[in-house]
Amino acid sequence: MFYRENGQFKTTYRADQQIFPIAQDRWAVLLLIAAAYIVVPMLTSGYMYRAIFIPFLIMALAALGVNILVGYCGQISLGSGAFMAVGAYAAFNFFVRIPGMPLIPALILGGLCSSVFGILFGLPSLRVKGLYLAVATLAAQFFSDWMFLRIKWFTNDSTSGSVSVTGLQVFGMPIDSPLSKYLFCLTILVVLALLSKNLVRSAIGREWMAIRDMDVAAAVIGIRPMYAKLSAFAVSSFIVGVAGALWGFVYLSAWEPAAFSVDLSFKLLFMVIIGGMGSIMGSFFGAAFIVVLPIALNQFLPLLGSLAGIQVSTAVTSHAELIIFGALIVWFLIVEPHGLAKLWSIGKQKLRLWPFPH
Amino acid sequence: MTIASFLETLLGGLMVGMLYSLVALGFVLIYKASGVFNFAQGAMVLFAALAMARFAEWIPAWTGINNPVLANLAAFIVAGAIMFVVAWLIERLALRHLVNQEATTLLMATLGISYFLDGIGQTIFGSDIYKIDIGMPKDPIMAFENVFEGGILINKEDLYAALIAAVLVTLLSVFFQKTATGRALRAVADDHQAAQSIGIPLNRIWVIVWCVAGVVALVAGVIWGSKLGVQFSLTTVAMRALPVVILGGLTSVPGAILGGLIIGVGEKLSEVFLGPYVGGGIEIWFAYVLALIFLLFRPQGLFGEKIIDRV
Repeated sequence: MFYRENGQFKTTYRADQQIFPIAQDRWAVLLLIAAAYIVVPMLTSGYMYRAIFIPFLIMALAALGVNILVGYCGQISLGSGAFMAVGAYAAFNFFVRIPGMPLIPALILGGLCSSVFGILFGLPSLRVKGLYLAVATLAAQFFSDWMFLRIKWFTNDSTSGSVSVTGLQVFGMPIDSPLSKYLFCLTILVVLALLSKNLVRSAIGREWMAIRDMDVAAAVIGIRPMYAKLSAFAVSSFIVGVAGALWGFVYLSAWEPAAFSVDLSFKLLFMVIIGGMGSIMGSFFGAAFIVVLPIALNQFLPLLGSLAGIQVSTAVTSHAELIIFGALIVWFLIVEPHGLAKLWSIGKQKLRLWPFPH
Repeated sequence: MTIASFLETLLGGLMVGMLYSLVALGFVLIYKASGVFNFAQGAMVLFAALAMARFAEWIPAWTGINNPVLANLAAFIVAGAIMFVVAWLIERLALRHLVNQEATTLLMATLGISYFLDGIGQTIFGSDIYKIDIGMPKDPIMAFENVFEGGILINKEDLYAALIAAVLVTLLSVFFQKTATGRALRAVADDHQAAQSIGIPLNRIWVIVWCVAGVVALVAGVIWGSKLGVQFSLTTVAMRALPVVILGGLTSVPGAILGGLIIGVGEKLSEVFLGPYVGGGIEIWFAYVLALIFLLFRPQGLFGEKIIDRV
């Protein structure tokens, strides 16, 4: 009744081509962003920021990057953790080694380094695809694990192997309270999400999708596979790299190479699959799901155990987390292989006809 | 570096390689028959090893059997039966519903299964470090003492493990080539639809393949477990076997074996020759990079079926 495009006539190409052609969508997104900036800070406390909102924002950004590569260009990557690590360590080195380096350029430079790394390890994608590529990208993962553990230069010769950053500030405003961290991550996420939303509807985005759907056919109609694939690797690992830098700088503030292990790569891929491949919206759903699920389980399992009269130990909780996580993923893939974003679009479709379906 | 120590490294690499190919075999078997790239193989190895280790403790306690050989044998049989059940459940509850999905969906599903198995295995069997003692001799032997000065040091345990692996591989090849079930398996691997149309029951074949992979995982788990101890890090063995599969080709059993040997030798030699210059610990990524470089020249792996693109 309320969600419909009836009566919204497009009289110019410009109006027809805008990001959200339906006015209700436009308003909903604007409201959502406004709520994220105004309502969330009014309602949440320090713990909620640290446990849920900040990791969600950063993971959503990373999932967005992975989604560009996996969902839009169809190149499976199990090395996203490595791209995050490169972004984090490169930004760290720029930030620490160059005196007076501002935070945002350091993040961008970190992302660019991650881009270069991504292109390098994206080269095999020109020859192999699918499962072979998935394993090939694992090479990036293990290489970066080793690189940041063994080559002391990258960690600024720290003896323990862990690095830390302090004194973050943007334009003179310190980023130290949970609220300022939240707003900082939110701003970067909004900017990059808008950027990638526009990118995937541009010529290059269509090239990526053509490559994803059938690369030989795409090459026949004049799309350069090398350019399309490597640009997808570059853009994706840039975003993932920035997310990695944020993860290190803002969320962890002190970290070691194990923070960006292969486990993180798997989690990012889960976010993309559960959220929905080839959907910007899906990255947010997936990140929310993966970030909130372990916390919810941690809260509910001991509660459930005490109801049943069993003392649930932390070891059992962590194992149960693995079990439920794994089972949920399989269940999800069986029930809705196209992810939460598909459910979302089905819901929107239904809403158009509601309450009078023919 | 003398010839003797070079040969020693080479032999060590070959034996480790044999064990890698044992894990890689699990990947290849399932991929061949069902087109599923089974990431859960590592979790299956851990699960099987945990079951074996714990039942080897529990069975003497419950039944009073004090003969270690008998207890181990009973534990092996019980663990094998458990792997059968696991395989059947995986097929029944997960894979049957995912037929005809894209390869990536199946890959994710097996990742989910591996999380599930990791969790449930450690819940049931505990998450400490256990040991499997199947009485493999630990003492090294010297060989070729009259050929080289000082001889070559060979780890007896590795030698036995490699022998077991070789026997298992031979048995599997015979099973695949000579039995009716093996023929059906190969038919399914070739073409699902054609196999189904001549009356081969796909579901049963998949259960059989997962059972075989489960047994392979059990053997791999027992050998690796008695070498390294049964613990969570056993799952990383699967990660190290991945480049083997890539190198050898996803669809080729001989490829898995040869790939394993190449990776095993490459790892050991690189660690000895290259390691000191770059700070050591390069074993794990060296295998991947080796496989990667190889892929650039031969995308289908050593023995993989030629990849043909059709529009």
